[in-house]
Amino acid sequence: MPTIIKKNQAFWASEFVHNFRGNSSAIIGSAIIIFFIFVVTLGPSLVRQNPYDIASLELMDAYKPPVWLPGGETKYILGTDGQGRDLLASIVYGTRISLLIGLAAMFCSSLIGATLGLIAGYYGGRWDGVIMRIADVQLSFPSLLIALFLMSAFGNGIDKVLISLTCVGWVVYARTVRGSTLSEKQKEYVQAAQAAGLPNRKIIVRHILPNVLTPLIVVATIQIGTFILIEASLSFLGVGVPITKPSLGLLVKNGFDVLLSGLWWTSVFPGAVIMLIVFGINLLGDFLRDELNPRLR
Amino acid sequence: MNNELVHIRGLKTYFHTFAGVIKAVDGVDFSLDQGEILGVVGESGCGKSVVGFSIMGLIDAPGRIESGEILFNGVNLPDLDERDMRKVRGKEITMIFQDPMTSLNPLYTIQAQMEEVMKLHSTMNAEERKKRCIELLDDVGISQPASRLKNYPHQFSGGMRQRVIIAIALASNPKLVIADEPTTALDVTIQSQILKLMKRLVREHRTAMMLITHDLAVVSEMTDKIIVMYCGRIVEKGTRDDIINRCRHPYTLGLLGSIPNLAARQKRLNQIPGMVPNIMQLPSGCAFAPRCDYVQEKCRSHRPELLEIEPGHATACYYPVERQL
Repeated sequence: MPTIIKKNQAFWASEFVHNFRGNSSAIIGSAIIIFFIFVVTLGPSLVRQNPYDIASLELMDAYKPPVWLPGGETKYILGTDGQGRDLLASIVYGTRISLLIGLAAMFCSSLIGATLGLIAGYYGGRWDGVIMRIADVQLSFPSLLIALFLMSAFGNGIDKVLISLTCVGWVVYARTVRGSTLSEKQKEYVQAAQAAGLPNRKIIVRHILPNVLTPLIVVATIQIGTFILIEASLSFLGVGVPITKPSLGLLVKNGFDVLLSGLWWTSVFPGAVIMLIVFGINLLGDFLRDELNPRLR
Repeated sequence: MNNELVHIRGLKTYFHTFAGVIKAVDGVDFSLDQGEILGVVGESGCGKSVVGFSIMGLIDAPGRIESGEILFNGVNLPDLDERDMRKVRGKEITMIFQDPMTSLNPLYTIQAQMEEVMKLHSTMNAEERKKRCIELLDDVGISQPASRLKNYPHQFSGGMRQRVIIAIALASNPKLVIADEPTTALDVTIQSQILKLMKRLVREHRTAMMLITHDLAVVSEMTDKIIVMYCGRIVEKGTRDDIINRCRHPYTLGLLGSIPNLAARQKRLNQIPGMVPNIMQLPSGCAFAPRCDYVQEKCRSHRPELLEIEPGHATACYYPVERQL
């Protein structure tokens, strides 16, 4: 028990926490992220409508403006869309899907990317050549184009979006991890582990992986934002999530059709939420990058 | 009783690079008895570390052991497959590296790193392992070892880390310890402490040691036998006394001459003129000929073989010098 308290105190007294407190963009970034974590966990029970439940929709309430505009109603704070869905409720549910996809894609692609990066960096030679050439070829195409191509081959669906994003995203992790693995491999503790008779697999998992985790965390954080954006673009182009489970990108698309007719709110609010989430993630990601990379300090 | 531990015959380790073949070790023979301390001396790039890594079977591509035998307790190590070799590494033969700052993993406690070897090569349970860790740390002169087990490498100074590394190297009671420039990264006062410690420990455990260094002063304090390498070959080998007091090869003489002499006032340190030749374009005769003070016509065209000039003392020179320091 006392050691736990001591460790806690050590954490709160650490340089990391001190720098965090002095860095306003890091604080704003985390505030935004924490806010959206609340939105996606508690939000659905706070909004008054389930946008997926068709029975609860009132077609009569289609295209109501936000509450502060003439014709707005207090029960639809941000207005409604063409089916009479409360836009606030749609955004809360849509944010859930967007964030879920962003996080899940980050986990899948960092798992695959880190594994391949470790293999390429540690074994080198043929493995390295094959893995990194695939990565190079893939990086010469815009990631959205590849995702678009994959989605048109797979069809709509959250699982398929996830697969596409993983196929697109592993490259960044693989390159980052390979680079760090190469520099860690030079250090004598890896040689020492080899000289101690440790099998390669164990050296990679026990000794190299923990030491390349830092850059991996930084890249992973920033990539969540990228994944959310790619998913939004895919859905906007109509090849992302299915129409019954709209993500933020699909909401923007739904509103885009009527945007020029003056019904701007249906697409501007979901778009603003995407921007805010990615902004928050990037602020925090930048802070982590500066903080965890000793060369930038 | 035959207590020969290591016998190396005709070892050749080449590196096949795009620019050509680098003959890092080109026909090296020596043997080492149990409990003996052998010094391997030479300038940077003479192949002395490669000998150590060849014994460990840790030569990475593009390097390869071309030919030769490394008999360890009668077993030819290059013939073993990776699986069997791993049982030798860390158990029978261990290594001590040059830089104590990077040869411990910064993320694990020293206990975890010491126990790693024990878990791998012994059947001790957690309690026995801990006891052994404390014992080992005590052995290498770390005070209050029990309280330091949970410390991380950054909480130790360079000299203490090297002590921990020595403790790890001795953890599995190896037959042979290969120390690759173990004191180069340490400051001079710590150096002699560490050397004395290593000497005491290998004597106590009857462990053989191969001490790879460029510092003749170090080996002259520590070793039983010395081999002097130049450009991938042995130029002189013999007992410590042979090399330090009765050396015959001009290169060894040059190395000894470049040790600063504190008793005599010197304006400049003696040095060996010239530079180590490019190992890919070695001279056709003796590799040392271009820098040798005693060079003669034959040296430039023919390469001298390592020949015994008195029992146990061999030199690769046509015109062995009489010592004249």
